[in-house]
Amino acid sequence: MNSPAAIRVSGLQHFYGDRCALAGLSFEVPDGEIFGVLGPNGGGKTTLFRVLSTLIPPRQGEVALFGMGLPQQTAQVRGAIGVVFQSPSLDPQLTVYENLSHQAALYGLSKSVCETRSAELLETMGLTDRRDEFTKTLSGGLRRRVELAKGMIHQPRLLLMDEPSTGLDPGARSDLWRYLLQLRDEMGVTILLTTHLLEEADKVDRIAIIHEGSLVALDSPDALRAEMGGDTITLETDDPPGLASRIQSQFDVSAAVLDGVVRLELVEGPSWVPRLMESFAADVSAIRLGRPTLEDLFIARTGHRFWSGDDGPNEVAANRRKAKRRH
Amino acid sequence: MTETADTTIVNHRPFSAAWALTWREIIRFFRQRNRVAAAFCTPLLLWGLFGTGLHRAFQVGDQNFMEFYVPGTVQLILLFTAIFATISIIEDRREGFLQSVLVAPTPRWAMVLGKLLGGSLIATVQALLFVALALTLGIRFGLGTAAIIVGWLFVSAMGMTGLGFFLAWRMNSVQGFHAIMNLLLLPMWLLSGGFFPIPASDAQSGIGEMIMHWIMRCNPTTYSVAGLRHLLGGSVAAGSAGGDSPLWEPSFTVCAVVVVAFAAVMFWVSCQISKQSTAGDLL
Repeated sequence: MNSPAAIRVSGLQHFYGDRCALAGLSFEVPDGEIFGVLGPNGGGKTTLFRVLSTLIPPRQGEVALFGMGLPQQTAQVRGAIGVVFQSPSLDPQLTVYENLSHQAALYGLSKSVCETRSAELLETMGLTDRRDEFTKTLSGGLRRRVELAKGMIHQPRLLLMDEPSTGLDPGARSDLWRYLLQLRDEMGVTILLTTHLLEEADKVDRIAIIHEGSLVALDSPDALRAEMGGDTITLETDDPPGLASRIQSQFDVSAAVLDGVVRLELVEGPSWVPRLMESFAADVSAIRLGRPTLEDLFIARTGHRFWSGDDGPNEVAANRRKAKRRH
Repeated sequence: MTETADTTIVNHRPFSAAWALTWREIIRFFRQRNRVAAAFCTPLLLWGLFGTGLHRAFQVGDQNFMEFYVPGTVQLILLFTAIFATISIIEDRREGFLQSVLVAPTPRWAMVLGKLLGGSLIATVQALLFVALALTLGIRFGLGTAAIIVGWLFVSAMGMTGLGFFLAWRMNSVQGFHAIMNLLLLPMWLLSGGFFPIPASDAQSGIGEMIMHWIMRCNPTTYSVAGLRHLLGGSVAAGSAGGDSPLWEPSFTVCAVVVVAFAAVMFWVSCQISKQSTAGDLL
């Protein structure tokens, strides 16, 4: 069956005044895939999400969902997609069920279909006993579940989620992922989600990495990592530029300085650790060997740290990196 | 791909979507007790205070101030509803609720209709409760007139809620709205002929009276108040024909045309403005 791609974007550009948010983005997402859009905050993924969710019309470039073009077929597209926003969209004055039935009415669901769908979704999300509680009384994690149920009430073929893991604890995150996989496998739903969490990006089928409005990488997380080849070695020292140049002259390998540490990308990293330590033990305060991560790919492609400037929680990210590499 | 992907349970039912939004407005209203109190008690309080306080100082035609002030108080109730409709749009935006309505396949006119209908039904019921109070003053009307009054209140309310919607759509803070309330909505009510009668503009009128006359004459709420005054059997012009300060009052037909047209225009402009996306949509 040759059905049109769930999402086809070509040459999409978007400007806010003079600032370019999307600089000619092109990609396709086939039916039944979980597709991740990864990028640092301010990289353009929210703008992309707004265009795909029909909140803002594409001005330059083409966007088609299931072969239906935007903005020409906005109404049909809206019926086919479910949208879960990052910011809450529940009415706190209504109960869980009232929120769902209101959403169902907006999509023209009949009363009986609405009853069935709500019951199914509440059951799946473990919300059946919360049906008649006001959403303002629910915890953050439960509210996100209601948001998801709300986005799925009309059985969309494509689910768009903006930063779905924000504010979820690890348990709730893994519940969310179990549900997303179930949606893809049992219902054939295509899912596009944006994330700034590198760990989350590892779970999707394919991932687009966006930086400054452009696509810097697009493939499965494994393929992207394989592309990186060898291993990464980072060295902490008091004089990173000096150490980097000495390593370069002694071993004839390229050494970069990023955020005050020396980084090397090498094939067969483990064998390099003793050689480096033999020569430079006195200068090195710490050495780390790691498999390449998506962040390494991001650095390799853009020459920037994933978290830069005021964009993100630098320290949190740094600690997380350290924790990750210790494993 | 499974069969679920090819069959859709989504239907084009704009009226049921509009009704859902209306129902939500009503539910939310009654769940916020302070709103119920504020919208009904404030005008009642003002009516009681001004009506009693100005009772001796003020006599219009054959009416005392208590009676004269009834249509004006009703208009104040409608005005408060418009204010709440305005605030509810801003709240929907701020709470994020609006964005899920904006990406639903519901046409914008159905969304506007739902919002306006919700606000107007609430306003109509409140205004009716107040009109019922007027019966205690000895104001009497037949069943036919009662039915027309219900319709009148509803159409007037649609106009006021529409105005509120139109003003609120591009706003993303309640603070900005206070300016609108003080500079536009409250003066509109003060100059509607509900609080004091409209001076006539003729050869004997001073320049101040003439300006006042024309401002009030151009104010759409003037016709809502005057029409209700006709329906309740009072008239400001009747008793003042031989008096030294002539008053102006539009005929019921003119009132009806203006009130219906105002509601229609406000609905239309609200639909138009809601098609524009604003920075506030993007939370």
